[in-house]
Amino acid sequence: MSARRLRRRIVSGTMTALVAVLSFVAVLALVLILGYLVAKGASSLDWSFFVRNPVPAGQSGGGVANAIVGTVIIVGLAALIGLPIGIGTGLYLAEYGSGRLGWTVRFVADVLNGTPSIVVGIFAWTWLVKPMGHFSALAGSVALAVLMVPMIARTTEEMVRLVPHSLREAALALGYPRWRTSLRVVARTALAGILTGCLVGVARIAGETAPLLFTALGNLNFSTSILQPMQTLSLQIFTYGTGPFDEWHRLAWAAALVLMGLVLVLALAARWALRSRYGAAR
Amino acid sequence: MTTLPMERAAAPEPRWQVLRGANVGDRLYRGALTVLALTLPLLLVALVSELAINAWPAIRRFGLPFVWTSVWDPVAGVFGAAPMIFGTIASSFLALLLAVPLALGVAIYLSEFAPKWLRQPVSFLVELLAAIPSVVYGLWGIFVLIPFLRTYVVPPLRATLGWTPFLSGVFYGNSLLAGGVILAIMIVPYIAAVSREVLLAVPVSQREAALGMGATRWEAVWTAVVPYGQAGLMGAVILGLGRALGETMAVTMLIGNRHDIGLSVLQPAYTMAAAIANEFSEATTNLYLSALFEVGLILFVITVAVNALARLMIWRVARGTAVGSRAL
Repeated sequence: MSARRLRRRIVSGTMTALVAVLSFVAVLALVLILGYLVAKGASSLDWSFFVRNPVPAGQSGGGVANAIVGTVIIVGLAALIGLPIGIGTGLYLAEYGSGRLGWTVRFVADVLNGTPSIVVGIFAWTWLVKPMGHFSALAGSVALAVLMVPMIARTTEEMVRLVPHSLREAALALGYPRWRTSLRVVARTALAGILTGCLVGVARIAGETAPLLFTALGNLNFSTSILQPMQTLSLQIFTYGTGPFDEWHRLAWAAALVLMGLVLVLALAARWALRSRYGAAR
Repeated sequence: MTTLPMERAAAPEPRWQVLRGANVGDRLYRGALTVLALTLPLLLVALVSELAINAWPAIRRFGLPFVWTSVWDPVAGVFGAAPMIFGTIASSFLALLLAVPLALGVAIYLSEFAPKWLRQPVSFLVELLAAIPSVVYGLWGIFVLIPFLRTYVVPPLRATLGWTPFLSGVFYGNSLLAGGVILAIMIVPYIAAVSREVLLAVPVSQREAALGMGATRWEAVWTAVVPYGQAGLMGAVILGLGRALGETMAVTMLIGNRHDIGLSVLQPAYTMAAAIANEFSEATTNLYLSALFEVGLILFVITVAVNALARLMIWRVARGTAVGSRAL
């Protein structure tokens, strides 16, 4: 074997090893982050953490019940607003999206997908907080819904397009009108995929903080009124994590663990929903 | 999985669209979907106009110099966004510097070298990084990354490169470096996922031809596969840049939030998104608020331009796929 050939083989082997190591480093980053969350947060997860509200600064104990309930309400409301619009837009793009409007909507969805969430936050502020005169959970939900719609629309479109044309043709040949074909046959076939997109979208917005800073604002007390400021886990982590007290830091880690768990469950559920349907294709 | 969408995009107009009946249900259905689909364009118009209208007082007052003035004095009512624009760009480029080699390495490994059973799990784990909320990155950054940088990274960096202007001054923790590193970790999954799809879209014949000519496996990847996907890979990197520019919470928690322009990565800096996050709710005067809206408008315009560029480049390689929007 010539020296030149040997050198080339060494380079090839080295670079192969290098990219493998880089992949390992990326996975290591994930392990380190999740590991620290569990190590620093798990010990604080007791009954009172889930059922009690925050206590005044400086005192120890207390929980984040208000933030957990707030997260569920704000994210749930955002899903209620965002999912129908997103799925409808996705269906439009898949069914009628070949024209100029389709092109425009697709382009706008991609633009909005890349828009910084903080910008969406100040947009929601001008629309809801400013006219109402005070911060509200509703404004937060609207901001999150705006972030959600383009994501849902694009994944729905993609999933609906995966449905074979033969299915539509069969339904139409049997005399089904197009709208029933679209809803009862096509959308139904793509249901698992659409559901996956929805779960991914909800998972993505559940951890958002920036658009909530001046919409939902945060609230030290327990509140279920969507017209009042409301606490979420993400806002709580921000306040407690950047605050000066050790007790706050402890609660921030625990809240981060809970939030991460919530997001992970949604992400894994999305993956599972997809696998059960397109397991072979993907 | 990537060849599928391409075939779809190439398929001719479905024949059944010819069957455009006059059925009332059909028309209602199409009308309802159209109304829903119109929401997005209307939202974008509303968003841009709200930003512009609210930013108008500041635009009229400070004009173009707003972009290169570095005074930010709410009391005197003088505003210039130069430090934030600088900090946004500096932290994003620092992030790219660290993230691009890492992410490309991951993408190349997963598309070319990894054993089959390892590909799905590893790409899933890397993409999980994108699922971690920004605020959790921030928390981790404050309590894990900054102490790590202080103990293990900054001293050796100083010892070797301490004479450069990039490493001058005292390191307190919150700094351009901390912000850049956390951003790098956050954008790796995006760049890696899109790059991987781009590499997978490169025809097998490219690899076979190179290998057939006697290239080693790495040479085949580096001389035949990567150049073929070059535009798409650039697109992936620019998409990552777009993410980094607009990232808010983690950066706000780590970058130090100081209105300063300095070359040293060890010093605190500021970004546009962080300024809005920190100061928006305490902006007491209308002019102050308007200046923050103008910052938001600039940030929006920059990210839109960067994202549009990225998508154009990705489309050139993997036409019609919604790559990136699915990355999780």
